[in-house]
Amino acid sequence: MNNIIEIENLHFSYKNDYDENAPAKEVLKGIDLKIKKGEFVAVLGHNGCGKSTLAKHLNGILTATSGKVIVAGIDAADEEKLFELRQHAGMVFQNPDNQIVSSIVEEDVAFALENLGVAPDEIRRRVDEALKEVRMYDYRTHSPSQLSGGQKQRVAIAGIIAMRPDCIILDEPTAMLDPQGRKEVMKTIRRLNREHGITIILITHYMDEASRCDRVIVMDKGKVVLDDTPKEVFSHVELLKNIGLDVPQTTELVYLLKQSGIELDGHIISEDECVDALAELLKNKGA
Amino acid sequence: MLKDITIGQFFPGTSLIHRLDPRFKLIITLIFLIMLFVGDSPIGLVIGAVFTFLSIALSKIKPKLFFKSIKPILPFLIITALLNLFFITGGDVLFKWRFITITTGGIKTSVFMIARIILLISGSSLLTYTTSPIALTDAIERLLSPLKKLKFPVHELAMMMTIALRFIPTLIEETDKIISAQKARGAEISTGSLAARARNIVSILVPLFISSFRRAEELATAMECRCYNGGEGRTRLRQLKSSMCDYIALAVTLLFLAAVIIVNIIF
Amino acid sequence: MAILKTEDLTYTYSQGTPFEKTAINKVNLEIEEGELVGVMGHTGSGKSTLIQHFNGLLEPTSGKVYLDGEDIWADKKKIRDVRFKVGLVFQYPEYQIFEDTVYKDIAFGPKNMGLSDDEIKSRVYETAENIGISPEYMERSPFELSGGQKRRVAIAGVMAMKPKVLILDEPTAGLDPKGRDKILGLIKSYQQKTNSTVLIVSHSMEDIAEYADKILVMNKAELFCYDTAVNVFGLSNEIEQMGLDVPQITRVFNKLKERGIDLGKEVFTVNYAKDLVLKALKERGLS
Repeated sequence: MNNIIEIENLHFSYKNDYDENAPAKEVLKGIDLKIKKGEFVAVLGHNGCGKSTLAKHLNGILTATSGKVIVAGIDAADEEKLFELRQHAGMVFQNPDNQIVSSIVEEDVAFALENLGVAPDEIRRRVDEALKEVRMYDYRTHSPSQLSGGQKQRVAIAGIIAMRPDCIILDEPTAMLDPQGRKEVMKTIRRLNREHGITIILITHYMDEASRCDRVIVMDKGKVVLDDTPKEVFSHVELLKNIGLDVPQTTELVYLLKQSGIELDGHIISEDECVDALAELLKNKGA
Repeated sequence: MLKDITIGQFFPGTSLIHRLDPRFKLIITLIFLIMLFVGDSPIGLVIGAVFTFLSIALSKIKPKLFFKSIKPILPFLIITALLNLFFITGGDVLFKWRFITITTGGIKTSVFMIARIILLISGSSLLTYTTSPIALTDAIERLLSPLKKLKFPVHELAMMMTIALRFIPTLIEETDKIISAQKARGAEISTGSLAARARNIVSILVPLFISSFRRAEELATAMECRCYNGGEGRTRLRQLKSSMCDYIALAVTLLFLAAVIIVNIIF
Repeated sequence: MAILKTEDLTYTYSQGTPFEKTAINKVNLEIEEGELVGVMGHTGSGKSTLIQHFNGLLEPTSGKVYLDGEDIWADKKKIRDVRFKVGLVFQYPEYQIFEDTVYKDIAFGPKNMGLSDDEIKSRVYETAENIGISPEYMERSPFELSGGQKRRVAIAGVMAMKPKVLILDEPTAGLDPKGRDKILGLIKSYQQKTNSTVLIVSHSMEDIAEYADKILVMNKAELFCYDTAVNVFGLSNEIEQMGLDVPQITRVFNKLKERGIDLGKEVFTVNYAKDLVLKALKERGLS
C-alpha cells in the first residue's frame, strides 16, 4: 500500500444547529486526493476555503456527508476503529495553548499514551524519545506557561509523535508564532519527515513554508484547484492572486518582469534560483 | 498586577518532606488536623506544635513563608480572639468593666483558639508548599479511587483539576491583556462611578468568558485527537511509589496522635 | 515638532525582586506627526513595552514620554486623556469585543470620552466606513462576523476615538494574505485621510517594507535604529544578525551585489525591484 491517504469524492455540509430546516452549508464539494507515504504536502487556501474541514476528516473529528476517506488503510467513517485511526493520523492545531492538557511538559506528552493504556515503562521510554526528537527534553519538568509559543508547539508535536503516527496533520501550526518560533517548528516538522518518513500535511498561509514542500495543494471554495510541485503551483501567479493568495516575492518579481516582456523561466521560487536567473539575464546581455 | 498572585503556591525542593509520597502526605495532614482538634489540653497543643515545627524544620522552607500564609487571616484571628476573651466566662474574674468581663477561662480559650488556627494553617500550608498541585491531584485521585465503585466521578474530578491548574496562568495572563485593552479604550476599572465600573467589569468578563469557551472547545477537540476517552483503561506515566520513609513518617505521626490522646485521658 | 518623544525612557519589570528585568533601556526617540512607522524587533526586544508607554498604560521607571510636547505623566490624573489621544490596538483585538451589536462596541471608546450621542453616532459611522464595515452591519452581533470583519470592528473601536497617534500591535496576525492586505490597505488609507501618525508592530518585513515610511527597530531592550526604510534595510546584515528577517527580495539583491551586480539603492519591494531590473536592462541596451 503506497498511499497513506485516499480520499474519494468527499462532500461535507455543516448542518445549521439552530434551524433544522435551514439549508446545510456545503463546505467540501467533491475532493479527490491521494497522498503517498512519506510525502510532505502543503495545503493553501484562504480562510473559509474548507482546508481545516478537510483536515478534520483525516482523523475522524468530522465524518463525510458523502464520499470516502481512507487513512492508513482504515475507513475514517468506521467508528469502531476511531482510536486506531487517531494513532495513525495525529493532529496539531493553531493555538499552542489550547492543546496542552497538563501543567507539566512530560505529563502532557504522555497524555495520549495514558489514554491508550500503554504500560508506564513504555510511556516513559516513548515520552523521553519524543521530547528529544523535538529538542524539548531539557524542559520536561517545566510548566507550559514558562515556554515560548514555538516551544509549546513543539511540545504539542511531541505529544503526537509519542503515539508513533504515520502521518501528522498540522493546521496552521505557525500562525500564532513569531519568526523564531516559526523556524523552530518548521525545522522540527521537516526533520520528522526526512528522518522518520512521517507523512506531513501542513496547512499554512505562509508561502515560504509551502515553497519548501514536496507538493502543494491549493483549495478554493471547497475544491482542489491546483495540486502539483511548488514550482508548478506558484507559476500560476494570476490564479493564486485571484483567489486571494500570495506567491513568494521571487516568483512575483519574475512574473512582473515577464509581463514587461522579459524572457524568463516562470518556475522560479527559491532565492538562489532567482539570483541565478537575474545574474544570467543581466550578465549575458550586458556583456 | 494579577501575575503576582499565585494560587496553591509550591516551592520545589528535595527535602525529606518534599520527597514523601503525596498520598501519605495527604493522610498525614488529615491525622495532623485530628491531632489538633482532639488535643484540648495545653500539653496536647504543645505536642501538636512540636510536630508542626519539626515538619517545618525538615522541609527546609523558610519560616517567613508561613507568616505570610497567616497574614491574610490575621484580622479574623484577632476578632475571634477578642470575642473569646470578652464573652467566654469561667475561672477567676481578672477584670470587670460594664459588660466586659475578662476571666482566666476566657484568656485560656482565646490563646488556645489562636494557637490552634496558626498551627492548622502552617500545617496545611506545608502540604501545598512541598507538594506540586499536579502531584496533589494525583494523590487525591488515587486515594479516592475506591469511590469509583460507587459511581463517584473520581477521574473526571481529577481531570478537571488538572486542566484548571494548567489554565490558571493562561487565564490570568489573558485577563491582564483584556484589562489593558479596555483601559486603552478609556474604561476605568478602579475609578469612576459604581455604574460605570460595573459596566467596565462587563467589558472584561464577557471577552474572558467567550475566550474560555473557545479554549474549552479547542482543548476538547485536541484531547479527542489524542484518544481521550474518559478514565476507563487509562494508565499513568507517573507511578506513585511508597517507600520505607513514608511508612516511618506515618508511624511517627500516629505516635504523636497517640501521645495527644493519652495526654487527654490522663489530664 | 515631534508628536511623540521619549527621553531616556527606561522600564524595569519587578524592580527590587530577583526577577528584575530591564525591558527598555534609555530609549530616545522622536516621531514626527503624520508618519506611518513600522516597529520591528524579536519577541522580548522591548517593543511591546515601548508602545505601552506611548499611551500611558505603563509608567516609566525613569525617563519621560512627551505627547505633543507635554510630559504625559506631569499630571497623573490626566493619564486617561492620553489614552484617547494615543489609541492602542492590541494583538488579536477581536478577542476584546464584548457588546452585543457592532455599533455599541465601536461606540465604547467614544462613550468613555464623554462625547454627545450625536457626536458618537457620527464618529461610529465615519470610522466604520473608513474601515470597510457597511452600515447594515451596525445592529448585528459582532460575534456572528468572520474573523477578518471582527478584527476590523475592533480596530474601528479605537479609531473612533480619533486619536492623534494610532498604534497597532500585529494587526495582521493569523489572517490569510487577502485579509492581511485588506487591513493594511485600510490602515494606510486611514492614515492618509486623517493625516494622523500610525505605528504598526509587525514581524513581517515584507509588510513593513511595503507600507511604512519609517522603521523603528528594537533590539535587546534598546533602540537599534529609527530611520527611513531605505536606510534601515541598508543595515540588512545587522538586522539578520539580530535574528530578524529582511524581505526575500532584499536578500536576492544583496546576493546579486555579492556577485558583482549592483543595481543601486536598497531594494525592499517587488515593484521597485522590477523597475530596477528593467532600468538596468535598458541601460545595457537590452530591452
